[in-house]
Amino acid sequence: MCLAIPVEVREILPDDMAKVSLDGVIKTVSIALVDDVEVGDYVVLHVGYALAKIDAEEARNTLELLRAVGAAA
Amino acid sequence: MTLEKPVRRRLDFKNGRVDLSHGAGGRAMGQLIEDVFVAAFDNDWLRAGNDPSAFDVAAGRMVMTTDAYVVSPIFFPGGDIGSLAVNGTINDIAMAGARPLYLSASFVIEEGFPLADLRRIAASMGEAARGAGAPIIAGDTKVVERGKADKVFISTAGVGVAPPGLNLSSDAARPGDVVILSGTIGDHGVAVMSKRENLEFETEIRSDSAALHGLVAQMVATAGLSLRGMRDPTRGGLAATLNELAHQSRVGFSIQEAAIPVRAEVAAACEFLGLDPLNVANEGKLVAIVAPQGAQALLAAMRAHPLGAEAAIIGSAVEDDNRFVEMRTAFGGGRIVDWLAGEQLPRIC
Amino acid sequence: MKYVDEYRDGSLAKGVAKEIARQARAERVYRFMEFCGGHTHAISRYGLEDLLPVNVQMIHGPGCPVCVLPMARVDMAIACAMNPRVTLCAYGDLMRVPGSHASSLLKAKAEGADIRMVYSTLDVIRIAEAEPNREVVFFAIGFETTTPPTALAIRTAEKKGLENFTILCNHVMTPPAMRAILDGASDGDEAPVRIEGFVGPAHVSTVIGTRPYEPFARDCAKPVVIAGFEPLDVAQAILMLVRQINEGRAEVENQYVRAVTRDGNAKAQAAIAEIFEMRESFEWRGLGWLPSSALKLRPAFSGYDAEQRFGLKTKPAKDNPACECGAILRGAKKPRECKLFGTLCTPDTPMGSCMVSPEGACAAHWTYGRFRETEAQRVKEVA
Repeated sequence: MCLAIPVEVREILPDDMAKVSLDGVIKTVSIALVDDVEVGDYVVLHVGYALAKIDAEEARNTLELLRAVGAAA
Repeated sequence: MTLEKPVRRRLDFKNGRVDLSHGAGGRAMGQLIEDVFVAAFDNDWLRAGNDPSAFDVAAGRMVMTTDAYVVSPIFFPGGDIGSLAVNGTINDIAMAGARPLYLSASFVIEEGFPLADLRRIAASMGEAARGAGAPIIAGDTKVVERGKADKVFISTAGVGVAPPGLNLSSDAARPGDVVILSGTIGDHGVAVMSKRENLEFETEIRSDSAALHGLVAQMVATAGLSLRGMRDPTRGGLAATLNELAHQSRVGFSIQEAAIPVRAEVAAACEFLGLDPLNVANEGKLVAIVAPQGAQALLAAMRAHPLGAEAAIIGSAVEDDNRFVEMRTAFGGGRIVDWLAGEQLPRIC
Repeated sequence: MKYVDEYRDGSLAKGVAKEIARQARAERVYRFMEFCGGHTHAISRYGLEDLLPVNVQMIHGPGCPVCVLPMARVDMAIACAMNPRVTLCAYGDLMRVPGSHASSLLKAKAEGADIRMVYSTLDVIRIAEAEPNREVVFFAIGFETTTPPTALAIRTAEKKGLENFTILCNHVMTPPAMRAILDGASDGDEAPVRIEGFVGPAHVSTVIGTRPYEPFARDCAKPVVIAGFEPLDVAQAILMLVRQINEGRAEVENQYVRAVTRDGNAKAQAAIAEIFEMRESFEWRGLGWLPSSALKLRPAFSGYDAEQRFGLKTKPAKDNPACECGAILRGAKKPRECKLFGTLCTPDTPMGSCMVSPEGACAAHWTYGRFRETEAQRVKEVA
């Protein structure tokens, strides 16, 4: 139920909708809950609605931290 | 004096529909069978017009199978209910190591079903049957009132012959035996779902529906007695098949997730739907259990065949009183692959 | 899959696992609850517990909205669906949840009820528009992640003037449930569960932010680490919790920084606030009646309330007396401690909701973890 996946915004459509892609599988979803969505952004998708934008910088930081932990151990 | 001969009207394949007269056993049904099925399946048995068809019994062990197909939607990327029915029946025969010989097909058709669609399905079946060298030599047609069947249901039977001495079985796996999967999993189930109401994907994912008898013939020739058994992971997916094998052979399995091939788009579609590819139906794949000494040669033989190009060793049978199928995840931890985690998708085959 | 595969990387996992083992002090046991059902599922499906040292234990929490739905509410949905004018739409997980007398939506469908599985409220609106002669009822469940989509559906129904669309509202809230667990919600007899920290929900937090968890850290002195959805996220969050315990800290930390902020999604929060208001109290399976823990439609939107339109009443329903879903949801018992587990209660024949939903502790254990002889390996708990 908490099923939420990160998807790439491919096309903005009218009425706060958008075409998004997960590895080439395309779905039309609502972006009404997220502001300033642009093509190329990644959003968290849940039951047909984008809930948040993924911050690429923060994602990088998290991975860096994970790699650092691994290296130190 | 010569009597008038009624003009035989051709079936209207453009706008015509199946109606109740086509299932009544009279002239209308005869014409439907002639113009749709006999035309598409195109063989002497059907042209002879007998209800039962006779053939000589080949030397070896006879194998027989039966199946019903209720897939919805009836047309999907990579196939339709007809090609699915033919390939599926051939595969059941092939899993016994047998060469498919003859098929039968009976149809339950809903009143109002477009003749064009029926012809398309029949053509698809004829093509699949010819490709496998296993003609459809007997059949039946029933028509039911609108609403009493969803478009068309197809029921098949098939016979084949296995070489003498070959004894493949799902209860023959022994601890230490190797498990080989012939290719990517999840393609069929996702392809069918991609067309369904409420589940739309705009990127085409194609069903893997295919007749495996050619691949099986190569496998039997290469592996000989080291091949214990084969099974095709249809409804319930690879998970169901591995569990069935475990229970029938009274062993456990140890599988590596990283070794199981899955297409990126299929994995993505499964993410969208919250499904595990292990539970999703396949229609052109098989699982083979082989004694360790025959594994490498069998793998090579499979990879040399177009339908086994992505074959992979995915694990082995182990001693286990609980008959668990255990999997080492790509993440590193372990989990069970259970067959009771049923997919929630009806009418997938 | 970008932003997915990287966080499932087995080689990085080894590193985090080593670090957790290094930081976890041998002489104590660390007990953390992952609140969210999605985390329960991730932990089981990836075998994350195999990577944890034996003295770091995860307790599965009640954050599965299907699992906490009381039987009486399932009965209500089934009763609604048996109305021949009704088309009931529900998320897939709800189809097999047992109601009273071994009923379920799936069985009701077999008896002729028009019940349709949907993936989104967008689908429900489409159905309502396409079939104006049907009374389309949406069986709305879920925590704060799933509530905004329902709110938007109502806004859309209003905009389109749809008169055949209503919802059966069972939306619940995360902080009250977490508070109930920390306050030792119990069936009366048992001791409160000892939990030293929470792995906080990923996507609920994208909506509500991390701020609502601050009172727990402060008042109950329990650390909360919000974790992303992938197994590496959960592993990293566990490491952060271990560090907090060792350092004597009780703070809210955010591991899921790529999607969660302190304030959350204001637009989503506004949508919820516009359409819904708090119910005085609501029954939660396993946690009893909790005040201010669930939502109902505001009076302005009562026209969309199926309970009102169809005069539906909650009839009290008793769980099977041997069913331990309640204790399991609270983290007080493990699946194997339920007498029904694996015998009468399996995913095929679920007796309680912990077994039906793939995120329920029992289903997760049965489906993924049954092979572990955890009892033999576990360190005996320090009383």
